[in-house]
Amino acid sequence: MVDLAASATGDLQLRNIRKEFGDFVAVDDLNLTIPKGSFFALLGPSGCGKTTTLRMIAGLEEPTSGTIAVGDTDITYSKPYRRPVNTVFQNYALFPHLTIFENVAFGLRRRGIKDVKEAVEKVLALVELGHLKDRKPGQLSGGQQQRIAVARAIVNRPALLLLDEPLGALDLKLRRQMQIELKWIQTEVGITFVHVTHDQEEAMTMADTIAVMNKGRIEQMGSPVDLYENPETVFVANFLGQSNLIKATVGTNSGAETSVDVQGARIILPTSRNRSAKSSVLVGIRPEKINIHAAGTSTGKNALHDGVVTDISFVGVSTQYQVEMPWKQELMVFEQNDGGAANIRKGDRVTLSWEPNFTFALDSED
Amino acid sequence: MAIAHVSPGTSTHVQPERSGRKVPYLLMLPGLLWLAIFFIYPLINLAETSTKTRATTQETGAFVQTYRFANYIDAFIEYQDQFLRSFMYAFLATVLALAISYPLAYAIAFKSGRYKNILLILVVAPFFTSFLLRTIAWKQILGAEGPVVYVLRTLHLIGPDTTITASSFAVVMGLTYNFLPFMTLPIYASLDRIDPRLLEASGDLYSNGLTTFRKVTMPLSMPGVVAGTLLTFIPAAGDYINAAILGNPTTKMIGNVIDSRFFRIVDYPTAASLSFTLMAAILFLVVVYIRRSGTDELV
Repeated sequence: MVDLAASATGDLQLRNIRKEFGDFVAVDDLNLTIPKGSFFALLGPSGCGKTTTLRMIAGLEEPTSGTIAVGDTDITYSKPYRRPVNTVFQNYALFPHLTIFENVAFGLRRRGIKDVKEAVEKVLALVELGHLKDRKPGQLSGGQQQRIAVARAIVNRPALLLLDEPLGALDLKLRRQMQIELKWIQTEVGITFVHVTHDQEEAMTMADTIAVMNKGRIEQMGSPVDLYENPETVFVANFLGQSNLIKATVGTNSGAETSVDVQGARIILPTSRNRSAKSSVLVGIRPEKINIHAAGTSTGKNALHDGVVTDISFVGVSTQYQVEMPWKQELMVFEQNDGGAANIRKGDRVTLSWEPNFTFALDSED
Repeated sequence: MAIAHVSPGTSTHVQPERSGRKVPYLLMLPGLLWLAIFFIYPLINLAETSTKTRATTQETGAFVQTYRFANYIDAFIEYQDQFLRSFMYAFLATVLALAISYPLAYAIAFKSGRYKNILLILVVAPFFTSFLLRTIAWKQILGAEGPVVYVLRTLHLIGPDTTITASSFAVVMGLTYNFLPFMTLPIYASLDRIDPRLLEASGDLYSNGLTTFRKVTMPLSMPGVVAGTLLTFIPAAGDYINAAILGNPTTKMIGNVIDSRFFRIVDYPTAASLSFTLMAAILFLVVVYIRRSGTDELV
């Protein structure tokens, strides 16, 4: 048992994983390879199956069908304590009756390691909490408990570290700080981190690769930039950041470029960014990619005219405009407050324009 | 911040806070009054009685205050066997009750699913009948015609003429049974409070089921065990019903002695000094026990 826990290394592979709870399918035919040493995020709304997936990897749930392997070692039905996997639990689950030192030493002691002092003190130094080793968890702040939970897991040098919404209980400022710290720890120890979260910003800040989950399936997987710039589904386009999605009809396809008709306006996009094979699509554009001008003074290739500004909110780094189009759809526009902003007021008629390269087209959900 | 600048008692701003401070005392008042009338006063009365001696008039129940503290020593020397027996029986009953209650409480807390509430009601169900009746029922259960003796005889574990009532065995059984809910409920409460994620975390950190129990579940349930053992041991040590109904003259506990000194022999000073000695002994044991178990640190 100790041998397995210590020796299995390699990529984590989930093959055709399915998990049912009664009639409810929590995870549906999931296939996933998580490369060794990566920081991987499973991102999705609550109830999407991400925590269930994590619990199956940890061994706290058994899949209804499919296999889980680390490298060549099948761990699908192994007991949790026989897996090369450790978990940082939501709300940390530190043992309240043990000191910080004993909490961190817990896994090592269970594996029969006699001299734990050096390893424990080293990992406590890594999370910069060596001075608290004689305290009890109840005497620590949330951020400190969080770091101890990480230390308690990584001290065992697992092949895989699972983090279940690890920053959910922290306030915003601390969460930002911990995001950077976790990323640094991961680079330092080189263990594969699998991070489950519903917070897209958290996933994007930390992870190399993100898998966006919805209704028990993976919608799209890729780097944060890739997911943000090239969403393949409406769900991803809306879950990561904001998107303006407008109904359109596909027109001519000239090879590299495709043109679509949006309420009479001709909008161009790279053919490679059209994810739909249908003639009726949703054309997408991120709010910060759009330029807003007084009516008639468009500069970009793609332009929509005759919008009316219905709301303006100033948020410091940017100003957010809400623009009602003639077909009664509200579009969002973010302009950087870099001094070059047009002097636009509520009620003004405006033209929206953007570069064709930023445009994408998706299958409409219905 | 504003309050910090106001010196107390000089400003009307302080008034609301002041009356707020009285609230806890007002809430405690009924309880304190009750204790003063029905506990403190009788206790003083008892203390006073314990050093009296019999009046020369030979009239029953007439005693005069002579501050004879030797009453304590005389009473203790005379009844040390019963003292020792009381603590022995109470200890045995506590250990047995713990052995029965812990698995029961564990099953209710972790394994009972939707039957949890029903099982909890069953644990307290005996309280719907009187303590006395239940103890008398045990006389039937353990009696010569009862099921226990029948089974033991059939299995040839006891001879055809052996009985188990009117024995120390029966008294300890009775004590164990009667205080079982007091043991079960606190243990259940502390087990039920354990965050299941702690058990998952233990499994995640290479503990099998047994190790998780030893290293996580059991230490975290210690407050319940300490509370349960105290709630069993203290009343069991002073109990006299079980020994009176299920025992024989050689199984008398200190409670029986106090009972008969008070109500049959009408020797109030001896009864009172025995009562105080019992209280002091229990208090001493409890303090040592709590210190040793170190549960005040927990959580």
